[in-house]
Amino acid sequence: MSEPIVRHYGPKAYSDHPPFKYPDYKSTIKRSPTHDPIKVVATLTETTGPGPAWAEITPEDADLTTNAGTGSPAIGERIIVTGRVLDENGNGVPDTIVEVWQANACGRYVHWRETAFPAPLDPNFIGVGQCKTDAEGNYRFLTIKPGAYPWGNHPNAWRPPHIHFSILGPALVTRLVTQMYFEGDPLLFQDPMYNSVPPHARERLVARYDHDVTEENWALGWRFDIVLRGPNGNVEEMEEE
Amino acid sequence: MSPRLGQTPSQTVGPYVSMAFPREGDNVLPVPDGGERIVITGVVYDGDRNHIEDAVIETWQANPYGRYNHPDDTREEVPLDPTWTGFARAMTDFETGAYRIETVKPGRVPDLEGDFQAPHIAVIVQGRGMLNPVFTRIYFSDEEEANADDLVLRQVPEARRHTLIAQLEPGSDPKTYRFDIRFQGDDETVFFDF
Repeated sequence: MSEPIVRHYGPKAYSDHPPFKYPDYKSTIKRSPTHDPIKVVATLTETTGPGPAWAEITPEDADLTTNAGTGSPAIGERIIVTGRVLDENGNGVPDTIVEVWQANACGRYVHWRETAFPAPLDPNFIGVGQCKTDAEGNYRFLTIKPGAYPWGNHPNAWRPPHIHFSILGPALVTRLVTQMYFEGDPLLFQDPMYNSVPPHARERLVARYDHDVTEENWALGWRFDIVLRGPNGNVEEMEEE
Repeated sequence: MSPRLGQTPSQTVGPYVSMAFPREGDNVLPVPDGGERIVITGVVYDGDRNHIEDAVIETWQANPYGRYNHPDDTREEVPLDPTWTGFARAMTDFETGAYRIETVKPGRVPDLEGDFQAPHIAVIVQGRGMLNPVFTRIYFSDEEEANADDLVLRQVPEARRHTLIAQLEPGSDPKTYRFDIRFQGDDETVFFDF
């Protein structure tokens, strides 16, 4: 009987990620485990994952300015957000789904949860998109720049404009959900989600303005690369019996 | 080897993730050839034993023959219906904190010692207030013999193993397994770092 390929992935770099419990972000206090996770060598279950096989998408899903399907464009500053999904070795991660969600230009989400923030909804914007990386790991969205919005975490708390990113990657262990912020944003200093990340790694969450991405007379360009855990080069194909 | 790039830090899915996923039907997998419908349900609790009303549960599993739909599972001799993804997503209910996934019992997949693991489903839990995902595993209460030999379960302190065993509800049809997930407390769910 043949044996599957069990790749060896480098460890999660805990020193580059937020802690589970970060009291400045109050909701983490009761929603964080108290035991350290139990370290176990990944098996085929964890070195495989849904990324390669899952989900049908269409090119329209990557255009958040029109994917509400109303025939009218969303209101706001039109932006291109593009970059590469890479592994730690710098190799592009091809054919993986990138899912995004965000507030509209006024800082309002299309969500049933009550909000006390009296910002208008935009009937031409749903704030959700997805695309698949190409053979080199590139992704690209057309959207509008999200607005800031207040929340109740601390006095006069405002979430800086951000786009939520979800990536499955090639294996279970590469699963990543993160948030992309914008270079130069004045609200980052007081945001506990951004500040939950160790200082040396915070800039990895910040998209850079890129004039080469900007399209003349159309949209401003931002570049945001995403790095997932990668195989450590020690690929093992178990012996055939 | 070239220098490794730094990993992009994790962030919470936040309170509005359900606008993006799960999508309708993501919590119901088709019954593939050889499969028996089962239901996994449970409640996600925080450290005060309040239900978590906005957690995302993602599950990944082998098909009934123990094969993953993934290019690295190269065992061509093990049947695989290509419509089987093995991936489900559910959201906990705002009022009750309960989630529900309709799937099939997975077959046994190889471990790292030339043997087979007990049937199990990998689980990723995320939610508002969770800056990182947590990884756990669902095992089955009616697989005692296989569970006793399982490579991963054996590495869990005996007193905590019960948190990983989904309990078959007697007389349920389809077979329904209860699997609660608890952050904090004496019976905190075991989470793994793979």
